[in-house]
Amino acid sequence: MLSYTLRRILMAIPVVGVVAVVIFSLLYFTPGDPALVLAGEQATPAEVEQVRASLGLDKPPYIRFVGWVGNILQGDLGSSIFTRQPVTYMIGQRLEPTLSLVVFAVLLSIACGIPFGVAAASRPGGVADRALTAVTVVGFSIPVFVAGYALAFVFASKLHWLPVQGFRPMSDGILPFLRSLTLPAISLSIIYTAIIAAVTRTSMLEVLNQDYIRTATAKGLGPTYILFRHALKNASIPVITVIGSGIATLIGGAVIIENVFALPGVGRLTVDAISHRDYPVIQGVVLLSSAAYVMVNLAVDLAYTVLDPRIRY
Amino acid sequence: MTAIPAVPLPVRPRRLDLSRPIGFLRDHPGAAAGAGLLTLMLLISVLAPVLGTIDPRALSISDRLAGPSSEHIFGTDQLGRDLYSRVLYGGRVSLTVGFFAALLSCIAGTLVGLISASFRMLDGLMMRIMDGLMSIPAILLAIALMAVAGASVQNVILAVTVVETPRVARMVRGVVLSLRELPYVEAAIASGSTSIQIMFRHLLPGLTGPIAVQATFCWAAAMLIEAALSFIGAGTPPSIPSWGNIMSDGKALWQIKPELIFLPAVFLSATVLGVNLLGDGLRRALDPKSGGGK
Repeated sequence: MLSYTLRRILMAIPVVGVVAVVIFSLLYFTPGDPALVLAGEQATPAEVEQVRASLGLDKPPYIRFVGWVGNILQGDLGSSIFTRQPVTYMIGQRLEPTLSLVVFAVLLSIACGIPFGVAAASRPGGVADRALTAVTVVGFSIPVFVAGYALAFVFASKLHWLPVQGFRPMSDGILPFLRSLTLPAISLSIIYTAIIAAVTRTSMLEVLNQDYIRTATAKGLGPTYILFRHALKNASIPVITVIGSGIATLIGGAVIIENVFALPGVGRLTVDAISHRDYPVIQGVVLLSSAAYVMVNLAVDLAYTVLDPRIRY
Repeated sequence: MTAIPAVPLPVRPRRLDLSRPIGFLRDHPGAAAGAGLLTLMLLISVLAPVLGTIDPRALSISDRLAGPSSEHIFGTDQLGRDLYSRVLYGGRVSLTVGFFAALLSCIAGTLVGLISASFRMLDGLMMRIMDGLMSIPAILLAIALMAVAGASVQNVILAVTVVETPRVARMVRGVVLSLRELPYVEAAIASGSTSIQIMFRHLLPGLTGPIAVQATFCWAAAMLIEAALSFIGAGTPPSIPSWGNIMSDGKALWQIKPELIFLPAVFLSATVLGVNLLGDGLRRALDPKSGGGK
């Protein structure tokens, strides 16, 4: 167990390293002088030089990279060109709405996706199976922000069941907090639920063909008991995998959907940073999201050993 | 890391036979519907100038936020621009971005996948790079690229290509690794063909089917990413009417005039749906498990 855990952690390091190199080297793809571009058109030469110095662009790339990685390891992601505040502080200020939204959407998708997939697998070609196909095809064709506007239009603007926009922190009470996140979380969940359900279905169909399921049926166990207690556990590995890999889609979707529902989260920070060409902020957001993705998938890899004791390599 | 696992195919994948496209579409009604939708959208975009449109950028302050009328079928936006013309011309950007991003990412991904599977020395390094790229949420990687490269249609295509290439490369590598075990490739190796000959003469034809399926997924993803980037102001320059830009312009007024968002959305979703249905039909036709053409 310990050696497996250590090996998994060691395997994650080169991936994080590649992410760091990619994000770092992006700045060198700027057409022309990055300092000049980032400082803006009205900047005085002194301001351009200040941007250049603050990004370390006056030093050779490899020295800058070593310094940049060193700073990150000490928790310093640099400072915003626009507000001059530390990037870690700016992201920290915006973390609550985004984290709440992502956690809410993940829980919602798992709670809907797995039973949906089990239902589809229990009767291939049945109502649930056809519904799953329809949700998948349609879900993959609608941009996440359009789903958000459609839900907001029906359930907030017309029916007034839920607030149209805005975020209520958890300190305002749990109900207003959940109400402010319900529509954005549902919009985000559509694709993620469809992916989880589709993988659950495929994985369940394979398990349901096995002998021990027939034995369980022959023993006279109820179909629901067999589906959820016997089959689902053995079908869970691919489902856990897709829950992990799908997190990337969810994080990306959260950045977009926050702008539909005016949630003051990391996504809004990112969009504001784009309009100011505040590259250190964008860099910080991309780096932290990728790190979160790698960590979630590391946790998924480690969860395999708990779910399937045969996995030991 | 847990990227998409490269599942070796149990049998040799079917080759894509497009010599009888009519037969393929007849056997796959979903794909036929998809091809129909896509053709319709292509025609609308190409023929936009003769479909009763006016200049999609022409401002008309007196006609701001007009409702549907004989003059403006879909009404106008807050600058008095004709929504019908903007939506029709908007398809050009989406379809162009989708097509070129799919083409470029399939070319780049196929090369990376072929090289990775053929030269084991490079395999570890190249796949770690692909894993790293895939660990960055797609839309955030595209945002970061757009932030440094600046807004232009070419840069959107480039950003989407960078995002999609690792996915193609992973898939191609997986298929090549299983193809390499087949007798005809072993025979080619035994008869002294060079690596380059094997890659392009023996492996590439077996890859056309899976790549065609992947190309449709890239195309669909590219159109959705373009829309999302333009929507948040990091995509196609605002002066060009793309579906994403029309929706971006509409977001301030979505409660008063929701059609500014929903009309382009219907066109975009119909196009993406068409591409997805076509891809799904190709995937079914090529799936060795689903016996025959059905």
